Amino acid sequence: MLNLFINSVFIENMVFAYFFGMCSYIAVSKSVKTALGLGAAVTFVQVMTVPLNYLLNQYVLAPNALAEGVDLSFLSFILFIAVIAAFVQLVEMVVEKFSPSLYNSLGIFLPLIAVNCAIMGGSLFMQQMVGTEINSVGDSIVYGLGSGIGWWLAIVMMAAIREKIEYSHVPAAMKGPGIAFIITGLMGMAFMIFSGIQL
Amino acid sequence: MKLSKNFTNPLAANNPVIVQILGICSALAVTVKMEPALVMGLSVTFVCAFSNLIMSLLRNGVPSRIRIIVQLVVIATLVIVVDQFLRAYMYDVSKQLSVYVGLIITNCIVMGRVEAFALGNKPWDAFVDGVANGLGYAFILVLVAFFRELFGSGELFGIEILGDWYTPNALMLFPPMALIIIGCIIWVHRTINKDLQEK
Repeated sequence: MLNLFINSVFIENMVFAYFFGMCSYIAVSKSVKTALGLGAAVTFVQVMTVPLNYLLNQYVLAPNALAEGVDLSFLSFILFIAVIAAFVQLVEMVVEKFSPSLYNSLGIFLPLIAVNCAIMGGSLFMQQMVGTEINSVGDSIVYGLGSGIGWWLAIVMMAAIREKIEYSHVPAAMKGPGIAFIITGLMGMAFMIFSGIQL
Repeated sequence: MKLSKNFTNPLAANNPVIVQILGICSALAVTVKMEPALVMGLSVTFVCAFSNLIMSLLRNGVPSRIRIIVQLVVIATLVIVVDQFLRAYMYDVSKQLSVYVGLIITNCIVMGRVEAFALGNKPWDAFVDGVANGLGYAFILVLVAFFRELFGSGELFGIEILGDWYTPNALMLFPPMALIIIGCIIWVHRTINKDLQEK
């Protein structure tokens, strides 16, 4: 389990190895504060939706799960996205009702998360890993947590670098997204040193 | 006149990937080789065109409060069609694309075009807009894949181009180089189109 956690945070990092959630990663990484907020929201949603989708996969979608000879796995895209969208909506309503202060800091990011590929990607990878790395609800929670934290780590590091780079001379055509991609590429190379670590 | 402008604009001056920074997630992961990149580009074109067409036909019947969920259902259904088609007729490619076919659902280009264009325009215009944005996306994918496959393995579409004298640079096949290549494409593009540069 520890191996799965380390693996999903560092080695198979959502951003550097799979490019998940790049759209919001590039768009929202301009200040560390907002990056922290979005990262926290993504991690939270990831921890909840990956196990939910794991249960859905085990008891409804997998071959012979619902009834003998019924294979619904072709429905997984539509059901996973429905779970994610419904969950995000639910969280938004609950947070708004019970914790207005948290809602004000997190709230604006929640609708963005429903279409963040990191969430959908996490569930789809979880589905592929069933039977190998992920064998229980506990494993799927660990995987959700690890991949969420990996994404959080990446966006906060990126935001910190971009705050500093404001003061540097970047070629005019590279400013904004151009330099952001190059920095991400270099960070990804640094993260490649983790590959092959086994615990 | 307007129609042709709708068609050519997303291909270069307002390219969804390198100008609007949308749909990056899948744009990078499938570009190790030309073939999956091309298939992925065409799949996104298909989904984008038909989701635009369908949502444009439905635009007067769907209340705006629930439009997001309707969009997700339409897009997810089209993605399932694409996924089943690829599994049936191009199994090898669909294996290489793995979860990224499913991630077309959360591809911001598809959702973004439906929100920004299809809900306010006639079906035929929306269809053309979807095709054009999909092709703009496909163009960048194929461009990145061209450099990565040519320099990473000395081949194009699996056919050897560079002879024995060339030692393939395996680094090109790792994820970070995709980011750096796309950063360079943005650099070149913004050097030519000076009005896109950030102040």
